[in-house]
Amino acid sequence: MAKQVHTKGESSIKRSRFFKHFFTYLFLIFLSLIIIYPLLITILTAFKNSDVVAFTLSFQGPWTLKNFHELFATTLYGKWYWNTLVISVATMVILVAVVTLAGYTYSRYSFAGRKWSLTFFLVVQMVPTMAALTAFYVLGMLLNGLDHYWFLTLIYIGGGIPMNTWLMKGYFDTVPYDFDESAKLDGAGNFTIFWKIVMPLVKPMIAVQALWAFMGPFGDFMLARYLLREESNLTVAVGLQEFISDPKDQQVALFAAGAILIALPICALFFYLQKYFVTGLTAGGSKG
Amino acid sequence: MKKNPNKALWLSFIPGLGQYYNGQKLKAGIFLGAFAIFVVEMIFFGWSALTGLITLGTVPMRDHSMFLMVKGTLQLLILVIFILFYVLNIRDAKKTALELNAGHRVPISFNEMRESLGTNGFPYLLTMPAYLLMIFTIILPVLVTLFMAFTNYDFDHIPPAQLIDWSGLLNFKNMFFLSTYRATFGAVFSWTLIWTFCATTLQIVLGIFTAVVAHQDFIKFKRIFGIIFLLPWAVPAFVTIMSFSNIFNDSAGAINVQVIPFLNHIFFTHIPQISWMTDPFWTKVALIMIQGWLGFPYIYVLVTGILQSISDDLYEAATIDGATAIQKFNNITLPAIFSVAAPTFVTQYTFNFNNFSIIYLFNNGGPGDVGGGAGNSDILISWIYKLTTNTTPQYGLASAVTIIISVIVIGVSLIVFKKTNAFKMEG
Repeated sequence: MAKQVHTKGESSIKRSRFFKHFFTYLFLIFLSLIIIYPLLITILTAFKNSDVVAFTLSFQGPWTLKNFHELFATTLYGKWYWNTLVISVATMVILVAVVTLAGYTYSRYSFAGRKWSLTFFLVVQMVPTMAALTAFYVLGMLLNGLDHYWFLTLIYIGGGIPMNTWLMKGYFDTVPYDFDESAKLDGAGNFTIFWKIVMPLVKPMIAVQALWAFMGPFGDFMLARYLLREESNLTVAVGLQEFISDPKDQQVALFAAGAILIALPICALFFYLQKYFVTGLTAGGSKG
Repeated sequence: MKKNPNKALWLSFIPGLGQYYNGQKLKAGIFLGAFAIFVVEMIFFGWSALTGLITLGTVPMRDHSMFLMVKGTLQLLILVIFILFYVLNIRDAKKTALELNAGHRVPISFNEMRESLGTNGFPYLLTMPAYLLMIFTIILPVLVTLFMAFTNYDFDHIPPAQLIDWSGLLNFKNMFFLSTYRATFGAVFSWTLIWTFCATTLQIVLGIFTAVVAHQDFIKFKRIFGIIFLLPWAVPAFVTIMSFSNIFNDSAGAINVQVIPFLNHIFFTHIPQISWMTDPFWTKVALIMIQGWLGFPYIYVLVTGILQSISDDLYEAATIDGATAIQKFNNITLPAIFSVAAPTFVTQYTFNFNNFSIIYLFNNGGPGDVGGGAGNSDILISWIYKLTTNTTPQYGLASAVTIIISVIVIGVSLIVFKKTNAFKMEG
């Protein structure tokens, strides 16, 4: 930069820097507004009277908490929320356990069939599991799993295994193998090395995996819609849609209140764990 | 005593005998036992399951064709696992014989076997749960879907009242040659491609652009902008998509009621209200814009991480050589981004190719109808959903479409992963 100062006039430099700054901030602020606008509409609508029709940004009251009360008093929202929590926690615990074990194995051991089965994971991960809908339905009928959470949970877990095993393996790879070696010299067994030496170092990735696994059932619409039938068995994503699915009778205020109660905790978790998965993302990516 | 490796090999054509010959009596017992269990399973369940898969039932009400298909597929998997075991057993017998000849010790007693399993079998033990779960929740359903694509399973053939039959390539033929389905498939498929390309490219370009702009040193409040740009990722997508479907509502949504009048006001234009939900073109435009909104933060975060890792020296050297900002971007920044993020970009394309949520939740695949039960904004995956959930379900056809989707996605991914060498096998 210093060289250019001498070749160009002082004022033209200033002017071009001003334009650069101006347009940079203009873009950043414009983008921020586009992001905040729809979110703010939803937040504000949640505190409006339930007869509100227009889904627009308006700071005019009256403000009320009635929607939240109504959500739990007159709809099945509380039940849906509980259902989703049960499924999410079960998915999270089992998926993280399975994937951690598998990822560790692929990172640390060489065994017959390792390369072959890693490729298998990679290909399976590309199959859009969601597309096997009809098969899930038939399997559900056969195993009496329709409308039961264990069946849905099992499908969520299975679908998450291939990709997450890859990610987990990639992260385990970043832990130097020397640690294992020196522990082995000190007489530590397989299990001790895994639990006491390596595990503490991959906690960030496990946190990220847990968050993703937890958010999966909250975000899934298709499978839940397809495999759960009874109104009181629905997950919160499917239930929430019921509020606005009838074009003639959309309860936008109720919907907005329900949406906030889902988005807030997930957002909080997201930002709490954010620094972990930002590093996880680039660490996994730069392996290529 | 010298063992004859080939004799061990031939003996183990009945699993266990080769191991017995090698002196591993316990192992021989276990192998023989496994073999016996398989034979018994084959006699009492397996054989009928396999014939069931071939006939798909002969008596309506008594035979449920779909159940027969699932059981048969399961038996097929068991058979494959047995064959795997069988081959390993033969190889094991020969290998052990060779090791004995070379003077190595082989595990014979229970404790020795347990020890050997503890070190050599540990990896298999740890990955076992993953494999079991994948077999039941991915492999089996995918195989059943694959088989279903070659049957006439539809609203005219609902088991157990009716039987399902193998129909060969009929579903695929119908899709490509039966005029109604061909028109639908063509329309849905071309929109799927346009959607995938436009929406993904938009989110990638926007993500890279934002990252590059927001990365400049002079910017104040970087942290605040960073948090705002993450919001679309942090809020669950289905919540925002449903909010957007309200916001784009033709009569009461914020875009028509608030944004367009506001723009008209400050720019003195006369943009009329737009039929976001009833005009196919505008629904598609809205969908692409929303996906850009939803998807760019992920790219933004990824690219920001990459930008931070590029050394300043490169840029300084380029500046000394007289490179312009655009040259620096094209020759330093972009290659660095693509060398790391290319696989992620590809997964974004394949993700949108199957992005069911946004299509279904925004406008339920509508508006209108392009035949075959598909709406104007339906992509292949949401069409499959409709094919299997409407009042006249077409399970066979839906499975055929599923297979076409899978082949496309896997093919594209494999080619790109191979090209970019994204997933190195070693390491």
